[in-house]
Parts: sequence; structure tokens; C-alpha cells
Amino acid sequence: MGLLSKKDTKLITDPLADNNPITIQVLGICSALAITAELKASIVMSISVLFVLGVGNVVISLMRNIIPSKIRIIVQLVVVAALVIIVDQVLKAFAYELSKTLSVFVGLIITNCIIMGRFEAFALGNGPWRSFLDGIGNAAGYGAILIIVGFFRELLGSGTLLGFKVLGDPIEKTGLYAIGYENNGFMLLSPMALIVVGIIIWVQRTKNKALIED
Amino acid sequence: MGLKEKLHSFKVKNKDKKWLPAFSALHTFLFMPNETTHGGTHIKAADDLKRTMNTVILALVPCLIFGMFNAGYQHYLALGEIESAKGFLGASFWTIDNLMVGIWQVLPLVVVSYGVGLAVEFIFAIIKGHEVEEGYLVTGMLVPLIVPVDIPLWMLAVAVVFGVVIGKEVFGGTGMNILNPALTIRAFLFFAYPTWMSGDKVWVHGAVERDQMIAEGANLDAISGETILGSYAQNNSVVYDYWDMFWGLIPGSVGETSKFLIIIGALFLIFSKVGSWRIIISTLIGALVMGLIFNGVVDAGWIGESSKFYGLMSVPFWQHLIIGSILFGAVYMATDPVTASQTNKGKWIYGFLIGFISIMIRVFNPAYPEGVFLAILLMNVFAPTIDHYVVQGNVKKRMKRLKVKTA
Repeated sequence: MGLLSKKDTKLITDPLADNNPITIQVLGICSALAITAELKASIVMSISVLFVLGVGNVVISLMRNIIPSKIRIIVQLVVVAALVIIVDQVLKAFAYELSKTLSVFVGLIITNCIIMGRFEAFALGNGPWRSFLDGIGNAAGYGAILIIVGFFRELLGSGTLLGFKVLGDPIEKTGLYAIGYENNGFMLLSPMALIVVGIIIWVQRTKNKALIED
Repeated sequence: MGLKEKLHSFKVKNKDKKWLPAFSALHTFLFMPNETTHGGTHIKAADDLKRTMNTVILALVPCLIFGMFNAGYQHYLALGEIESAKGFLGASFWTIDNLMVGIWQVLPLVVVSYGVGLAVEFIFAIIKGHEVEEGYLVTGMLVPLIVPVDIPLWMLAVAVVFGVVIGKEVFGGTGMNILNPALTIRAFLFFAYPTWMSGDKVWVHGAVERDQMIAEGANLDAISGETILGSYAQNNSVVYDYWDMFWGLIPGSVGETSKFLIIIGALFLIFSKVGSWRIIISTLIGALVMGLIFNGVVDAGWIGESSKFYGLMSVPFWQHLIIGSILFGAVYMATDPVTASQTNKGKWIYGFLIGFISIMIRVFNPAYPEGVFLAILLMNVFAPTIDHYVVQGNVKKRMKRLKVKTA
């Protein structure tokens, strides 16, 4: 890797697995429950957070020496709010239907604990390049879980993936539905997202025993 | 060397094998284990977990057998092929034809429930290397009794896997679970496949199939298998009399219809000291109190006949006990020693709230005509909290006494 040193690579790979914001730090759960009933929404949400956190981390990192520490939270909020409004407006302009499904949750990216957490814990103390990598890594770790949860919830709950009827048509009774299969309505309810996240945590900790806390 | 010794020596010989827990599980069914514990204080008693579980299963068998006959009876009655039985010993009820439908429809539910559930238990025992726990014995019997007779078997299998893994194994297995696994399975089915768990078609064998035939153009009458709660929730009149409800000659989940047999099972559980009479009695009191409150609201004229709650609110309070599954829930579900409150005072509170909330859900949420399982699951979650406050209250009382004495 010429572009990234070993330390820099770790900034991206760590949050993907062993220091995942959702499964290890248990941050950002609310959006993981709310918008993962469809894979498409999960993907858009992941990209939005990727943009906000990547750019936000760089901005905060550039300003880190001139922000008075007493008002740093409010400065951080202004930066996130500005970025979230950009995302919101872009979605409304180019993907109106989707922005309706995501509804308030795009705006609520502001309150996503992962973002403020990374600003506080990383961007305030590191240079812009490393902050950028950290932001991308954490957002990717968040997005990966969202997409996994969204995949299973949409597949088992609606029998579709990204809107395509991969399991057949439930009304025409084709594909799996011809032999009596039915969609699992429970998958579309929020509690099931929590259970799916729980199962991911379970699998992850079984594979890597070092992650188990007492 | 007798069979007993042979089995024991076989166990000793293979004690390092991975599959040994599976063997031990079957082995202890036949014989008392020959291992003795060392050190500590022990009470020598014959009623280990397996005997306790078997007692509950014995108490459930009458319900299961009745459920088989009832499956056939409701089927043929809806088809108009037999007369109404009129009473528990009615000639048209205890017939071979009825039993055959029951065997054909209900036994597969039992087989799937036990087969899948025990398979999950065995897999977990082998992975974790502990003995197979007996917890599933009762759950496996309860599950077929609390589902509609026509539920597709694969749905039941999925639900059993979910219930045993998420409801029990993730918490550490038998004895560690917060929620009653059988009710977790029912809740899963209810929320995942609502069309198969509610409505007026699923409670009578053949009704769904008949609807499909009609949809395809067959010239037949639809079968209606509306439950009593369903009728009340829609402010319809009920065609069954109280004795039908008491004897259980009504559509419903497989094993919960006969209040008569549930009461016999309850007496058996109470006298064998397996079930807690405090929980059973307090649940019934809670249900009656809520029923009385609703009756009072109707009598006071606070609610008009046009209200969608009128039908269920005006049910005479005592009748709440013989419609729906409150009695089954109180006797077999709420008394589960693992998930119920442990303290005696706690049991009164726990039971009372189950009964109270069951009737409240039943009346106020027509979409969930039977709220018993939700009420019990809710109180399962609160049982440790109730116990905590009961214990703390006791500590406080004693501290006070201590202060008075020393002062």
C-alpha cells in the first residue's frame, strides 16, 4: 500500500470489524432500527452518513486549533447541521420518494452519536487526512451493519431486494410463494432490527472472543 | 451385567466424546443418574427438573386429547355433517372420525414442535458441551396447544427455532430465560404471520382450504370459524351457550378451549405442588376485577351501544374466565417457575396484573382479540422488578423492627 501507511489503514479497517460503531460501541442504534426495513433506504442512509462524517471530520480537523474548547460542541453542531441540510436537499431534489421514506431520519443524522463521537474523539486531535480516513472508516462500519440488517429485513419481510421480487410474487403465487412460503411480517417491525443486530453481535463475538466483556 | 450397569459403563467409557450430552439426555429419562455431588449441603429428593416437567406434561395430556377430538368436531360441525354435541359427553363428539382429523392435524404439530425444539437444544448442548436441559419438554407440549389447528408446519418450525434460540438459549438456557419460550414462539407467529394467527378462518380445520376452493370457482359455502372473542369484538351475537364454553366445544387454539379439563389440570398441578396456586388465583381475581370495572362502565352508561368496545365491555365479568384462553394462560403459562415472580407476595401482584392487563388488551384492542399471551410476556419482564421491591420492602420492615428494639 503506497497510498496508506499501516497505521492509516487501521483507521479504516478497525471500525469495520473490531471497533464497529454499532456492534461494539453500540452507537447509532436508533437509525439502525428505524430505516432498515428496506435495503435501499439503508444504503442511502449509509452514503449520507459517509458523506457527513467524512467531510465533517475534515472540517473540524482543519478548525481544531481555532475552536475555543468551551464552545466546541456548538461549532460541531453547526458543521453537522450544514452538511445534513445539504444531504437532505440533494435527496429531496433527486430522490424525492426515498427522502419521504427516510423522512425525519435524514435530519436526525445530526443527533447520530457516531458523528459527534468521532468529532470529539478523533477530529479534534488529529490532522485532516487521518481524520478523513477515520470518518470514512467509521461511517463504513456503520453502513455495513445497516446494509446487512436491511438485506435480511427486506428479504425476509417483503421478499424483495432493492424492490426486485427475488423470491417470486406473493399475489401471483410464483417462485417460493407457489410452495406455501409467506413473508415474515415481524421482520418489518422495529424489534426485529434489534434482534438482527443482536445476532450480528453474537456472531461477531463468537468469532473473536477478545471482544467479550465481563 | 444388567442394562442399567451397561449404560453406565458405556457412559464412563465415552466420557470425552462430543455427543455424550445427547446420550446422557436420553439416559436420564430411563434411570436416575449414578453421579453423586460432593461437598456442600444437599436435600435428597426425587423431584428433579425432569419429574417436575413430566408432571406438567401429564396435566396437559387431557387438553391435548380433547383438542384432537375438538379439531375433528369443529371441522365436521362446520361442514354440517354432524349434529351439535350438546354437552361434554355428547354422542357426536367422542367419535373415531373426529379423532382421525385430530390425529392428522394435531399430531404433526406436536411432532414438529418437539422435533425442531429438541434438535436446537441438542445442537446447543453439543456446541457448549453441557448436559441437554429438560426445559423444552413442557414448551414442546404447550406450543401445539396454543396455535390454530391449521397453522402451516414450516411456520411452526421457524417460530420454534426463533423461540428456543432468541427466547432461551441466548440468555443461557433453561432456567435463565426472561420470557416464557412457548409464548415467545406464539408471539413470533402472531406478529410474523398474522393471517394464520387471527381472524375467523384459521380456528377450524379446513376453513382456509375451503376459501381457496371458493376463490377458484367451486360452488360451496364458506366455513366461518369465528371465535367467541372475535364475535364479541365485532359486536356480533354469540351462538354458543355457556356450557359449550365451559366444556370447550368451541373453535379456538388447539388445547385451550376446554375450561373443564384445564381446571382438572390446575387441580393436579396445585396438589402436586408444581404449579403455584397463588398465581392462578390472583390471575383470575385480576381478570374478574377488570371485568367488573368494564361492566361498571357499561352500567353507568358511560359508553354507548355504538362504541366498538361495547360488545366486549358488556360481557358479564365472570364470563371472561370461560371465553378466550385466560384460564389456560393462568394455569400453564403464568405459573412457569422460571419466568414468574419468586416471592409469595410478588406472585400475588404478578398474577393480578396478568389477569388485569389480559382483559384490558382483550377489550381495548380488537386487533389482538386475545391479549393473554401479551400480558404474560409483559409481566415476565417485570417479574424480577416486582421481586426486587418485595425483598427490599421486607428488608426495610426488618430494619425498622431492629431499630425499635435497639432504641
